[in-house]
Amino acid sequence: MKHSDIRTPLAKVRGLGSAHDGTGHFIWQRITAIALIPLSLWFVWSILHLTATGNTPDAVVHWFSHGFNATAIAVLLIAMFYHAKLGLQVVIEDYVHRVSIKFISLLANMFIMYGMAALSLVAVLKLHLQYVPQMGVAG
Amino acid sequence: MTVKTATPESKRPLSPHLQIYRPQLTSVLSITHRATGIALAIGTIFLVGWLWSAAYNSNCFNSINTFFTSILGRIMLVGWSFAFYFHLCNGIRHLFWDIGKGFEIPHAYRSGYAVVIVTIVLTGLTWIAVLSQAGSQ
Repeated sequence: MKHSDIRTPLAKVRGLGSAHDGTGHFIWQRITAIALIPLSLWFVWSILHLTATGNTPDAVVHWFSHGFNATAIAVLLIAMFYHAKLGLQVVIEDYVHRVSIKFISLLANMFIMYGMAALSLVAVLKLHLQYVPQMGVAG
Repeated sequence: MTVKTATPESKRPLSPHLQIYRPQLTSVLSITHRATGIALAIGTIFLVGWLWSAAYNSNCFNSINTFFTSILGRIMLVGWSFAFYFHLCNGIRHLFWDIGKGFEIPHAYRSGYAVVIVTIVLTGLTWIAVLSQAGSQ
């Protein structure tokens, strides 16, 4: 068998096999799924509220100035991108059979999902800290 | 040791035989769960763009908002909301299966129809809310 995964020889020699890794994958897919039920519904509800009050940069910055909003969306983004990474990983493992393309796809999946998580978290942090109550932010 | 697998050279048929397989509600919902998951993952690109432009580029932010109020943007958002509610409802169905509940075939069909109905209702309610906002502005 050729190497078709990203595990180290040590991980293999420990004898836990693919089931060890798979259990972690299974459990985290479910943990993030449960977390995403309230978080995603809250997010959709918030977006509807935000568009009702005018979807301007001003309104968005004001919304993100609330600690709860910024925290909840940060947790949402982490859970969402990890859930998406795990889900796409299974799709790649199921449908991509050529070892080289599979390896590149799995690597790209991780880089893109973690990269988008990092980008969005930095944006949320900036939006959270940006709000200055006395000054209007030009749109 | 060589293991004989169902590769093209082994000429053995693959199961399930998709060419002669009659689609059922359960199998269609199963593949739709995966398809909506992929669509939602691609949709996150727009979420990142929205957040990033709100933080760093207000011109780009306004362009994105203009796009999402256009016809094409609205169609994409309707598709996104449908995919979201479907993946949410069917995901909850999967979580019940994970704790060993609802495996019997009549249950799987009943929960399957429930997923379809709740998805359509939630998508409809969301867009009634959006359009009533747009009408009142």
